[in-house]
Amino acid sequence: MTESASPWIGYQEGLAAGELRFQRCGDCARAVFYPRVVCPHCGSTALAWEISSGAGTVYATTVMRPHRQEPYNVCLVDLDEGFRLMSRVDRVPADGVRIGDRLRLLKEAGTAPVFVPADRS
Amino acid sequence: MNPLRGRLAVVGVAEADLGVVAPGLTEQDLIGQAATRALADAGIDRTEVDALFCASSVQPAPTLNAAEYLGIRPRYSDGSNIGGSSAISHLLYAAGAIEAGLIEVALIVYGSIQRSEAGRLITPASVSIWEEPFRPRWPLTMYALAASRHMHQYGTTREQMAEVAIAARRWAQLNPKAFERGPLSVEDVLTARLVCDPLGVRDCCLVTDGGGALVVTSAERARGAPKPAAHLLGCGVAHWHRDISQMPDLTVTAATESGARAFAMAGLGPADVDVVELYDAFTINPILFLEDLGFCAKGEGGEFVAGGRIGPGGELPVNTNGGGLSYCHPGMYGIFTVIEAVRQLRGEAGDRQQEGVEVALAHGNGAVLSSQATALLGTEATLN
Ligand SMILES: [Zn+2]
Repeated sequence: MTESASPWIGYQEGLAAGELRFQRCGDCARAVFYPRVVCPHCGSTALAWEISSGAGTVYATTVMRPHRQEPYNVCLVDLDEGFRLMSRVDRVPADGVRIGDRLRLLKEAGTAPVFVPADRS
Repeated sequence: MNPLRGRLAVVGVAEADLGVVAPGLTEQDLIGQAATRALADAGIDRTEVDALFCASSVQPAPTLNAAEYLGIRPRYSDGSNIGGSSAISHLLYAAGAIEAGLIEVALIVYGSIQRSEAGRLITPASVSIWEEPFRPRWPLTMYALAASRHMHQYGTTREQMAEVAIAARRWAQLNPKAFERGPLSVEDVLTARLVCDPLGVRDCCLVTDGGGALVVTSAERARGAPKPAAHLLGCGVAHWHRDISQMPDLTVTAATESGARAFAMAGLGPADVDVVELYDAFTINPILFLEDLGFCAKGEGGEFVAGGRIGPGGELPVNTNGGGLSYCHPGMYGIFTVIEAVRQLRGEAGDRQQEGVEVALAHGNGAVLSSQATALLGTEATLN
C-alpha cells in the first residue's frame, strides 16, 4: 500500500469485486478491521490487504423490532481470519440467529458484507 | 500517596427542573437553574467561579454558551465530551487543575431538553460507516448485543436483568423527584414490549429533560463551606473503543481500569463502599459495572443483583435515587450519580438515606460502553 492510498477506497474496491478485504499487519501479524493506516495492535504502518474466506461465527446478536416495521437481525461476526465486524444474517428469520452459528459470506458485489448460515446454499 | 487524593471537594450540588420541563425552556435555562442552585448550596458567589466544565449533546463548544449565559468569565474552560461519563472525568481534570494551582472554584454543569424537544435521546454520536449499512439504532442495538453476549457466556437471564429495573423503581418510590414511581414487577418488565432482543422497553432508561451542576473547590477552601464537603478520594477514566464492533470483549468494559485507578488513588476497595451510584442506561449496565468495579466476579453480576440485593433494604444499595431507569435520564446522566453520592454522604437523601455513609462510588458510562469514569467520594473522616 502506498502512503497515499485510502483504506476506505481499497475496501470499497474489494466490495465492488465481491470480496471482503481486511488488513494483516506485517509486524505483529494480527488481522486489522476496519481498514486503516496504522495497526491498532502495535503501531506499525506495514499493513497489507488480504481477502477473507468469508467463513465466520456469530459473536453477538439482536433482533431490531421497529414500530410497525418488519423485525430484522443485527449481529457481530467473528471472521475465521481473526477480525470482527457488524453485519446481518439473511435467509433465516430475524430471531433465528444464535451466538455460535457458523456463517458464510453472501458474495454479492457492491453491497455491504452480509452473511448466511454456513450450511445454507 | 497520590497527590490528588482528597485534593478536590464537592461543596455544592443541584438538579435543574427534571422530567418534562416548562414549555420553551432551553438547555441553557436548565444549566442556569442547576448552576444557580448548586452555587447557593455551596454558599459560593458566581463571581468566585474561575473554571467551567461542560459536556453537551448539542453544543460543539458548550463552555462558551454556558459561561456567556451565566455571566461568568472562566480562566480555565473544559468542554471535553466522552459521552455520559464526562462529568465524572471532569472531576479528575478539575482535581489536577486545583493541584497545579490553575483554578480555585470550578462549576461542572449539564442540561438537556431532549424529552420536550425530540421525545428521544438527543446525541451528536452517529453510527459509523462500518455499522450504518446494518441499521443499528444508536445506542440501543449496541447494549442489546452486549446483553446477548453476557447471557450466552454467563447464563445471565432476563429475570436477573429485570431485578435491576425493579430495584431502581423501588428506590425511585423513595425519591419525590423521580419520574417513574408507580408499581413495577419482574413480570411487568418481562412482558413489556421487546424493542431490541433481549431488551424490552422496561430494560431501557427514561428519556427526560433535566440538568445538574456540581461546585468543586480545594479541600482547604471546602472547610468554610456551609454543608459537609464530599472529598474526592479517587477518580479514574478509561476508554478502549467507540463503536461496539471495535469493543474487544462485550462482557468486559473499561470500568475494570477506571475503577482500579479510582480505588488505587483512594487506597480503598469495593468492600469499603457504602453506596454505589452507577450509570444504568440499560438493565445490563449495572450488572457489567458491578463485575468490572470488583463488587462481584466476572459473570456473577446477574446472580448478584437478584433477590433484592441492590434495592432498598438490600446488602448493597445501588442507584439510591432510582437511576436513569426510574429517576431521570436527560441524555448524559453521569453528573446525577455524583449529585446522589454527595447527598448520601451529607445525610440529606430523605426517605432513601442510608445510615453511616462514609464512602460513595459514582460511576459514569459513555456512548456504547465506550468510556468509563469512576469517582470515590468520602466524608471528612475518610481523608486521613
Ligand atoms: Zn501490528
